[in-house]
Amino acid sequence: MTNFLIKRAVTSALSLFILVVLVFFLIRLTGDPASLFLPLDASEEAKEKFRDLNGLNDPILHQFFQYFSDLIRLDFGISLRRAEPAIDSVLRGFKWTLQLAAITMSLVASLAIIIGSIAAFRVGGFFDRIVTFFSLIGASAPDFWIAIVAIVVFSVGLGWLPTSGTGTVFHWVLPISVLFIRPFGLILQVVRGSMLNVLSAGYIKTARAKGVKDTAIVFVHGLRNAMLPVITVIGDQAAGILNGAVIVETIFGFPGVGKLMIDSILQRDFAVVLASIIITAVAIFVMNILIDIIYAILDPRIRY
Amino acid sequence: MAKSPPTAKDNNTRRFVFNAWLLMLARDRFALFAAIFLLVLVGVALVGSFALEDVATKQNLRGRNAPPFDFNKDWIFWLGGDALGRPLLARIFLASRNTLMIAASAVSFSLIIGCFLGLIAGYTSKFFSHLILRVADVIMSFPSLLLAVIILYMLPPSVINIVVVLAITRIPIYLRTARAEVLEIRERMFIQAATVMGASNKRIIFRHILPIIIPTMVTIATLDFAFVMLAESSLSFLGIGIQPPEITWGLMVAQGRPYLTTAWWLSFWPGLAIILTTLSLNLLSNWLRVVLDPQQRWRMEIGDQKNG
Repeated sequence: MTNFLIKRAVTSALSLFILVVLVFFLIRLTGDPASLFLPLDASEEAKEKFRDLNGLNDPILHQFFQYFSDLIRLDFGISLRRAEPAIDSVLRGFKWTLQLAAITMSLVASLAIIIGSIAAFRVGGFFDRIVTFFSLIGASAPDFWIAIVAIVVFSVGLGWLPTSGTGTVFHWVLPISVLFIRPFGLILQVVRGSMLNVLSAGYIKTARAKGVKDTAIVFVHGLRNAMLPVITVIGDQAAGILNGAVIVETIFGFPGVGKLMIDSILQRDFAVVLASIIITAVAIFVMNILIDIIYAILDPRIRY
Repeated sequence: MAKSPPTAKDNNTRRFVFNAWLLMLARDRFALFAAIFLLVLVGVALVGSFALEDVATKQNLRGRNAPPFDFNKDWIFWLGGDALGRPLLARIFLASRNTLMIAASAVSFSLIIGCFLGLIAGYTSKFFSHLILRVADVIMSFPSLLLAVIILYMLPPSVINIVVVLAITRIPIYLRTARAEVLEIRERMFIQAATVMGASNKRIIFRHILPIIIPTMVTIATLDFAFVMLAESSLSFLGIGIQPPEITWGLMVAQGRPYLTTAWWLSFWPGLAIILTTLSLNLLSNWLRVVLDPQQRWRMEIGDQKNG
C-alpha cells in the first residue's frame, strides 16, 4: 500500500510538472499583457517599461527557471490584475468551488445510489421506467441552458430565488441544483446498471432464499459490490465540477476558481492562471488517490 | 447501420443481417424514435440548412424578437424571430449543420487517433505504453478552456479550430478503452495461434484485434458524440468556441441571453434542440450497447418490450 501511494505520488508529480511546463509556455502564446493592461494610446516606451517591470522581457527560459525556482518555495508569483499574491486569489476562489463541489456531490451520490438501487430492484417496473427516462434527460441537458431557464422561471418569473451572487443560503440553491442534474443522471444510470449485474449473482439468491429482507439485500449485500464502478464515476464527475464549474459560476456570478481561471486567461494574468491550474490539479490528484484507497477498503481482493 | 460480418459477402445474407437489425431497432420503441429523429436531423442539416440559408440570414428589423406560435405568419416564423428579425426555425436548421459537423468530425478524429494509439499502447513495448498513458494523463488534466483560448488567439477563427480542441481533449477516452480491451484480447488463444502461424504485429493488430474492439468503440463514440456536442455548446456559450457569423446551437443560446427576460424563445428553442439530440444519442447508445453485447442481445431478439 505504501509502495503504491509513493508510486502514485511520483507519477502524479511528473504529470503535474509536464502540465505546468506546457501551460507556462502555451499561455504566453495568447498575447501580450502590456497591450491589455495599459490604455489603448499608451506609448511604446510605456509598454516596454511595463514588460521590463514584470519580467516579461527576459528570455523565456530564464522566466521559466525563475518561476520554477519560486514555485518550489511555494511562491506562485503576483497577480497582475489584483496586485496580490496569485495564490491568495486562487485559494479564496477555490474555497467556494470546493464547497460547491462537496455539497453537490454528496447530494448527488446519496440520492443517485438510493434511487438507482430501488430502480434496479424492480427492473422494468413503473418506478424504474420513470427514473430511467428522467435520468437520461438529466444526463443529456446542457447546464448553461438549464441555468438560464431556471433563472427565468425561479428568479425572474416567480421571484423566489436571487439571480446571482452569494450571501444567503438562497444564493446556493440555483447553482447547486443546476450542477446537480447532469452528474445525477449519469451516476444514477451507472448505479442501476451495476446493481443489476450484482443482483443476478448467486450470493444474492442465497440471501433471498434465507429470507433476508429486501432492503437488506439491496443496501447491505448488493450495494457494497455494486459500488466499485459507481465510485469511479463519482470521482470523474467531482473532478469535472472542481475543474469546470466555469459555466455555472459565470452565469450565477459565483466567485469560484473556475470563473477566476477563465477571467485570468482572458486578462492574460499568467500567474493566476498557473496557480489555479496547479491547485485544481493537485486537488484532483489527491482525490484520485483517495478513490483508489476507497476501492481497496470496499473490495479486500484489490491489493496494490 | 448494417454491420454485416466480413464473411457475409453474399447479398442475401447481407439483407438478412440488415433486416435483423431493423427488427431489433423496432423492438425498442425509444431507440426507434431516437433513430428516426437523428435521421431527420441529418436530413435537415444536409438539405434544409442549404435550402433555408438565405431566409435564415435575411434581417427584418420590423420583426425583431417576434413571439412564437403566431400561426398567421409563414411556418418559418412559428418559433418566433431573433433580435434581428430572422426566423428562429430557419436559424436552428442552419445551425444544425455546424453543430453536427463539428461534433462528427471531432468524434471521428479522436476515435481514429485514440483507437490507433490505444492499439499501439496495448500491444507494443511497456515503454511506449507508459509514454502514451502519461501523455493521456496530461491531456486529461489540461483544462480544455485554456486550450480553446490558446488556439483561438493563435489561429484565425474558423470551424476547424474548435474541432481540433474537442478532438484533442477526447482522445484519452478512446485510448484508454482501446488499450484496456487489447490487454485482455491479446492473451486469448486465437492471438497466440496467429502469432505461431507467423502473422506480423501489424496483421494481428489490424486484422485480429481491431474488429473485436470496434463495437465497444462505436458505442462509446455514440455516447461521446452527445458529450462533444455539449462541450462545443459550452465553449461557444462562453464566447471561446465558434465565432459569429458562423452559428451553432450553443452560440444561439448565448446570443439570446441578453433578451432573456423579454424574449425567452431566443435561448429556449436552440437549447431544446440540443437536449433532444443528446437524448436521442444517449437512447441509441444504450440500445447499441445491448445489441452489440452477445450476452444481452437476446433481450432484443425475443419480443420482450422491456429495454435493458
